[in-house]
Amino acid sequence: MTQTAPASVPGLAVRGVAMWRGEQCLFESLDFTAQAGSTVLVVGANGAGKTTLLRAIAGLAVPTAGRIEWRGIDVRALPPERRGEIAYRGHTEGVKRDLTVRENLLFARRIAGSAADIERIARELGLERKLDVRTRYLSAGQRRRVGLAALRLAKARLWVLDEPMTHLDAAGRRLVAEWIGRHVDDGGVAVVATHQPDELARSGALVVEL
Amino acid sequence: MDAFGAIVIRDLKLAFRRWSELANPLIFFVIVTSLFPLALSPDETELRTIGVGVLWVSALLSSLLALDGLFRNDADDGSLEQLLLSPVPVGITAVAKILAHWLVTSVPLIVLAPVVALAFRLPTGALPVLVGALLLATPTLSVLAAIGAALTLGIRHSGPIIGLLVLPLASPLLIFGARATDLAAFGEATAGPLYLLAALAVLAVSVGPIAVAAALRVGVE
Repeated sequence: MTQTAPASVPGLAVRGVAMWRGEQCLFESLDFTAQAGSTVLVVGANGAGKTTLLRAIAGLAVPTAGRIEWRGIDVRALPPERRGEIAYRGHTEGVKRDLTVRENLLFARRIAGSAADIERIARELGLERKLDVRTRYLSAGQRRRVGLAALRLAKARLWVLDEPMTHLDAAGRRLVAEWIGRHVDDGGVAVVATHQPDELARSGALVVEL
Repeated sequence: MDAFGAIVIRDLKLAFRRWSELANPLIFFVIVTSLFPLALSPDETELRTIGVGVLWVSALLSSLLALDGLFRNDADDGSLEQLLLSPVPVGITAVAKILAHWLVTSVPLIVLAPVVALAFRLPTGALPVLVGALLLATPTLSVLAAIGAALTLGIRHSGPIIGLLVLPLASPLLIFGARATDLAAFGEATAGPLYLLAALAVLAVSVGPIAVAAALRVGVE
């Protein structure tokens, strides 16, 4: 399958990628490119390989065959100073349960080398009253929000999100959809695995079905 | 450097908030070393003869108890992936995590060791050498532990496997550390084994983080 999202600036390129899990082929000959300002929705049944593909795009897994490039460089070979261009949110929140929301966000900010306003992001997420609460005392949805907040702290151009709507209520889902929309409008690329593509459907969005 | 400090401070904070994990190896060390004098003869010469060996073996085994948690918690909650994808070089992340692990597991043990050594009637003159040898040996142990922990990230309940990987590599530490303490107890020159421990520490600290970084990349796949 070969599809190309519109626009001209080189962005994400997935070329002839195959992924195997043990003896089982999840997918092969996967080709698509996504230019700046595009959304890629990865859909498929459970076990189709959505998470595996997303991990490979983030550089956390090695494709069995093929190559994944971000702006012309293999994602696994990106120098440290360019790794911040890719942000990945998987099934786990990447949040420490024994730290408060503020401590988690401060840590994410320092690691990203960002100067973003934590209070403002917490307000956007409806977590302003929870800033000094340890995340173990938050609901799964609230913890998800804390994890997603790191997206706003970093300066990544490529967002790789694995079912970001999981555990979120309607307001949280709207907010994430709005964030993704704003990111793409600003020239970023978002690759999102989802079971509800309608929530993130945008004109020109590329749908990759596994 | 900002990120390095952030990782060390975060890990220290987490260790003190999960104090039971922090205390387990120390409690093990104290219990094992206190049981030996009770089980054996209270004879001073006998205690002194076996004391050095008991101290070093207990220190090594108690350090192994804390190994599994070095990267496991970060891997389970997804924060390890975030660290590996961050602009911070993986080697720097590895060094920061090893330093934090050494501070919370080895430093309390080094502080406790001279107190425990007194129960084995070790001469007070040997205590500075015991502390010095532990100071030189434990960073190497932490680096070896980090390599083992990173390599076994994909395996559940990897503690025993890490032990199997690390113990053979850590045996020179046991040999040189116990030898240095033994020589000090008999008032002899201790420079030889201490230099060897120092050489191993330099090697581990300079090369180890590269191996840990490579193992971490493999471990998260």
